[in-house]
Amino acid sequence: MSSTTDPDMRPDSFRLGMLLNDTRYRSYTFQFIALILLILGLGYLISNLLDNLARAGLNISWAFLGEPSGYDINQRPIEYTSQSTHARASIVGAINTLIVAVLACVSATILGVVAGVLRLSNNWIVSKLMSIYVEAFRNVPVLIWILIIFLAMSNALPQPRAFRGEDATSSMWFDAIAFTNRGVYIPSFTNGAGSLLFWIVILASIVGVFWYRSYAKKVLYATGRMLPTALPSLGILIIPGLLAYFILGRPVGLEYPELSGFNFKGGIHLRLSLIALWFALAIYTGAFIAENVRAGIQAVSKGQTEAAGALGLRPGRIMNLVILPQALRVIIPPLISQYLNITKNSSLAIAVGYMDITGTLGGITLNQTGRAIEAILLLMLFYLIVSLSISAVMNVYNKRMKLQER
Amino acid sequence: MSDYSFVRHETIPESPPPARETGAIKWMRENLFSGWVNTILTLLSVYFIIQIVLGVWPWFANGIWDAENLSQCREMLAGKTGACFAVLVDRWPQLLYGISYPADGYWRPTLAFILLFPSVAPALFVQFIPRRFLIISAVYPLLAYWLIWGGTILIPIMAAVGLIAGYIAFSRLERASGFFMGLVGGVIAAAVTWYIGGFITDALSGFIALPEVASRDMGGFMLNMILGVICVSLSIPLGIVLALGRQSSMPIIKGICVIFIEFVRGVPLITLLFVANVVLAYFLPPGTTMDLILRVIIMITMFSSAYIAEVIRGGLAALPKGQYEAGDSMGLNYSQSMRLIILPQALKISIPGIVNVAVGLFKDTTLVSVISMFDLVGAIRGPILSSTNWTGIYWEVFAFAALLFFVICYGISQYSQWLERQLQTDHR
Repeated sequence: MSSTTDPDMRPDSFRLGMLLNDTRYRSYTFQFIALILLILGLGYLISNLLDNLARAGLNISWAFLGEPSGYDINQRPIEYTSQSTHARASIVGAINTLIVAVLACVSATILGVVAGVLRLSNNWIVSKLMSIYVEAFRNVPVLIWILIIFLAMSNALPQPRAFRGEDATSSMWFDAIAFTNRGVYIPSFTNGAGSLLFWIVILASIVGVFWYRSYAKKVLYATGRMLPTALPSLGILIIPGLLAYFILGRPVGLEYPELSGFNFKGGIHLRLSLIALWFALAIYTGAFIAENVRAGIQAVSKGQTEAAGALGLRPGRIMNLVILPQALRVIIPPLISQYLNITKNSSLAIAVGYMDITGTLGGITLNQTGRAIEAILLLMLFYLIVSLSISAVMNVYNKRMKLQER
Repeated sequence: MSDYSFVRHETIPESPPPARETGAIKWMRENLFSGWVNTILTLLSVYFIIQIVLGVWPWFANGIWDAENLSQCREMLAGKTGACFAVLVDRWPQLLYGISYPADGYWRPTLAFILLFPSVAPALFVQFIPRRFLIISAVYPLLAYWLIWGGTILIPIMAAVGLIAGYIAFSRLERASGFFMGLVGGVIAAAVTWYIGGFITDALSGFIALPEVASRDMGGFMLNMILGVICVSLSIPLGIVLALGRQSSMPIIKGICVIFIEFVRGVPLITLLFVANVVLAYFLPPGTTMDLILRVIIMITMFSSAYIAEVIRGGLAALPKGQYEAGDSMGLNYSQSMRLIILPQALKISIPGIVNVAVGLFKDTTLVSVISMFDLVGAIRGPILSSTNWTGIYWEVFAFAALLFFVICYGISQYSQWLERQLQTDHR
């Protein structure tokens, strides 16, 4: 009898219509619909896939990774023959990807920082030249640069045979570096007895330089006393290494490339495909980094420079102590995403036949075994892992560099 | 009277400043030779420029524009440095339209390209051109499709009719029962119209028809333009949806968007093109075939929409929280507050980023040459570099390709900088 038992009057009673009209419940409806659609869509794709595989008499199997690959890879950082497995070929490719990515990242950073700083220079010619460089390289596809550098080098450089005999038309630089149309030959290190100790000393002195510089900075911030950095750093870098070199009886030597037959032997052979990819990625990405550097420096307000000047700092100190620490906060996040781009763009290796992971796993292995789905899944997984690790580093950095505000 | 024998009553005319403090000399002293570092830099740059000019100028000036093949060209040069631009004269149709686009139809993509400029102008210069001209931008895709692919004009007309029917249904239903129902109704109305339209176009396939050109015949720079324009315009709305999804408070929708965006951004475009080339067919119902160009468009659109989504998310995050709260306090629902308050501001902030993505995407369309499509780069690497007439030539053709890309990409980035200045509403 009493109206209080009427369910419709209770404030938090639930009706079906509320699923659409009540904002408290509507989001559940939408998510439910989205989930159903997603499952249906994926189910449809997967059923198609299974259907197609069944019709073609195929299946998903990873056994091909254990089979002998049967093809050769010209740049082998680790031991590899055509009898090695497809898995090993993929690993060789992955290492080759990382080699060219690291080389390109380092040179692109140097190039970009120099170009970015010079673009802000007071020197009219230099700053114009740098902006031409930036615009010319940013606005043309990197694939075109890779191909141009590759073709220009392979057509313009002399054949190894030109270095032969009395009437040689070409000669090596300093008797150590040979530029040929098969690649560049540079000296390599030979490691004798005690060389391990030597390399450890070198590594330790590099660490020592960083330690000394951070110590000098700490002293500066704590006491205001400025320790000299340039000469001591140089000393720490060179003296222990030299001492170790002579005390250990010259354990490390250089092996020079030498002409034997129709080709060079010995030393390190940098293939044209590696050089073209490396240079093109470095110059192309360097243009982007130059823009990031310029934007970062300009983001530091002019008042900071003037304040530092008013305190009596010299221009070099203003740059090192005031501008750069603030600019780096702006520069480094886009810089890291440029590194990510280099890694991803290194997959263009396939255009010049550099055997990176796209060339081995996504190229020859895929074509030989016909395992398209598996090979491409693995390929994507590799790049995803690399990208996610780089972004993880970036997140850690961003957290550490976050401005400590009140 | 005074004792002085001479008193000057007028001022002396100002003497000119010392020569080293005026004009070009002063400018050079301040800008080029202000210190020894600067002087060295200047001299190095001048040396560099002279070297470049001395290297490039004879190459360009001695260029041969009229030759049958490379060896004839080299004979005509007789040992001098010189370019062999004859390859461009000989092969320009392949560079621009690909190897198999019918030669008597070259005017069609050319006309489509020329019409592109007046059609995007109303969208690019919204401040200066009345809004009603935006209808031209809306009609253009259909017209361009008809021009490039050919077939009866009824196909684009039916597509337009379907879109209009969908829009009418959407606006009616939205007023009556909300945004979501409107969307569903609009999609259904469009689908029904297209289904019926399919019969009409099949029946009247000769009505004002241009000769049909198959998608696999598209190539050259035209293919780059097609892929660039289509993928950019498709990926902007998709990117907005993904960005809103990623900002959403609903965990499932947010999760889907995050996974999609991070996955696509983590892999190189080449792997996605491999998917388009060899894997995508496995996911379609057995027996269906899909154009390679369509598969590539799908993958490139996915790729760029993830990047655009991140740019727009940056714009959404940059808006002050008060804007969202203002929308709520006005009593607007989600779609209204997004459409009327949030997105116009967020998109404005994200324009430079979107243009950067668009330029990058346009450059990345050259990657389709890796999966053996004959775009500009593919046409150079395939039919031109491997032909007996022109084997061994590379500077001329690649310089031409680089120039084409440079003109377009530089133009777009200049536009974006101009727009950024125009949209700057805050005064500094």
